[in-house]
Amino acid sequence: MATQHSRSAARFMMAPAVILLLGWMLIPLTMTLMFSFKKYLPLRGGDLGWVGFDNYVRFVSSSAFWPSVQTTLIIVGGVLLITIIFGVLLSILLDQPMWGQGIVRILVIAPFFVMPTVSALVWKNMFMDPVNGLFAHLWKAFGAQPIEWLSDLSLFSIILIVSWQWLPFATLILLTAIQSLDSEQLEAAEMDGAPPLSRFAFIILPHLSRAITIVVLIQTIFLLAIFAEIFVTTSGAFGTRTLTYLIYQRVLESQNVGLGSAGGVYAIILANIVAIFLMRIVGKNLDT
Amino acid sequence: MGQITLKQITKSFGDVQVIPPLDLQIEDGEFVVFVGPSGCGKSTLLRLIAGLEDTSSGEISIDGRDATEVPPAKRGLAMVFQSYALYPHMSVRKNIAFPLRMAGLDKAEQDKKVESAASVLNLTDYLERRPGQLSGGQRQRVAIGRAIVREPAAFLFDEPLSNLDAALRVNMRLEISELHQTLETTMIYVTHDQVEAMTMADKIVVLQAGIIEQVGSPLELYHTPRNRFVAGFIGSPKMNFMMGAFSSEYDATTIGVRPEHISVSPTDGKWKGKVGVSEHLGSDTFLYVDVEGIEDPVTVRSSGEVSFRHGDMIHLTPDPDKIHRFDNQGLRIA
Repeated sequence: MATQHSRSAARFMMAPAVILLLGWMLIPLTMTLMFSFKKYLPLRGGDLGWVGFDNYVRFVSSSAFWPSVQTTLIIVGGVLLITIIFGVLLSILLDQPMWGQGIVRILVIAPFFVMPTVSALVWKNMFMDPVNGLFAHLWKAFGAQPIEWLSDLSLFSIILIVSWQWLPFATLILLTAIQSLDSEQLEAAEMDGAPPLSRFAFIILPHLSRAITIVVLIQTIFLLAIFAEIFVTTSGAFGTRTLTYLIYQRVLESQNVGLGSAGGVYAIILANIVAIFLMRIVGKNLDT
Repeated sequence: MGQITLKQITKSFGDVQVIPPLDLQIEDGEFVVFVGPSGCGKSTLLRLIAGLEDTSSGEISIDGRDATEVPPAKRGLAMVFQSYALYPHMSVRKNIAFPLRMAGLDKAEQDKKVESAASVLNLTDYLERRPGQLSGGQRQRVAIGRAIVREPAAFLFDEPLSNLDAALRVNMRLEISELHQTLETTMIYVTHDQVEAMTMADKIVVLQAGIIEQVGSPLELYHTPRNRFVAGFIGSPKMNFMMGAFSSEYDATTIGVRPEHISVSPTDGKWKGKVGVSEHLGSDTFLYVDVEGIEDPVTVRSSGEVSFRHGDMIHLTPDPDKIHRFDNQGLRIA
């Protein structure tokens, strides 16, 4: 009886938090769903009534849709690749005993604390500017024609900026994982005749696999939604329009809330597909 | 083949010399146990032989060839670690096959050797499992299996039984001894447990603070310990030491008598004391007797039927032939 009572009491106590959370999530979601079935143009007549699946059809059949999906996947994939590869290498490096280890570790983590907008602006103006940027000076020092990073290599530039921000995160997680590796395992492998590269491939990498999947999962969720880096550098020009950015343009630049909402629903579906896919891999990896 | 010679080996970590110059000869096929209290340098010595630590000076030769600068994999030694150091993401089969795979053997050859090692160690039913699904004793056997398949010149064991429970430890002790009989390979075994040392070794090396106190067969060490340290370390329960009037009678600074060499009588004897705790093991009874003039209680081993109570006055008589005499340096007086 006591448990019955305490259980209902617990439910009663939790209710406010649950209701708040549900409202927080459900109200915007329901509104997005509602707008996506409406022709809603705030500056050109406002709410023009229900239109069924018109917005969904229009969003997908627009010539900008598939390129934006492609761009999103290239950015997410590129950043993941760079952060994982360099993250593993950096974490191995930082795991070596060296002088000033503590300070070096803090410095490595520092980029993660810089706001995305700020770091993108710093990269844009200080490094990638074709006239005054450091890269331009470097190229000129070798007598080469400076690259116009953000227009010629726009997608790569954005991948670079975002990777710079997320590399510390990957390094941090991978470093803690590498520190938990039993040194006797490495010694055993050494005795078993495994050269350094084999020890990396057979012992260290499998040990890191769980941490790597976690990094992939968390980063993917955040990378699907990157916006500030694109907004302050290319504003979606030069083939850097991601799905998120396309939705932003539909809603604020074209002032078409209905169309943008339909795009938002597509983005939710895409994110969920990726999430389910990743959960499967992680689940498999976490089992063992 | 597995003759190992250490010549004037030293090891320092920074300014701290862990192992002062040390010489040791290990013969082919011997079961050598390094025993000593924790921090005595026995594991370091093993790691020097394995090549996992570099010697600060001196020479290690294996089968007559200088191996001081040879990397661990090329020394032809196999090691079993205290934590077993199994590769958690590989099946038992892959764990055992790992050294063969690294050596570049073809798949059929690998399988054959793994199967035969598994049958020796009763692991055949577990080959497809992961180490995480095995019990402590089974993991230990996998670690040994991984060492066996390499057909090494010598096996190195670093406290391999310290993570097992008491019953399993006795079993594994027997299995390792059995294995040594079958393989007839040199084995070097590090432990802090003198019972393991006594039961398994052909030759025991007693270490203290990096210095070899004595090398000899278990019974040599038991009967003629070279100094007080060895006398106190070998044998269970520990030897009783007496000084002052007790020892001057025998022309020694200290005398030592093992608990099993003291006889007990309720009426008369050489020393008189009060019974403290008595431990009944069934086969034996250990009596802790407070004798006036001796700081620690004297341990006496007597038969299981003895029934003295706490506080009883009894008389103790040492077996005069079994008294060990030590001089003021703690060295044995012959």
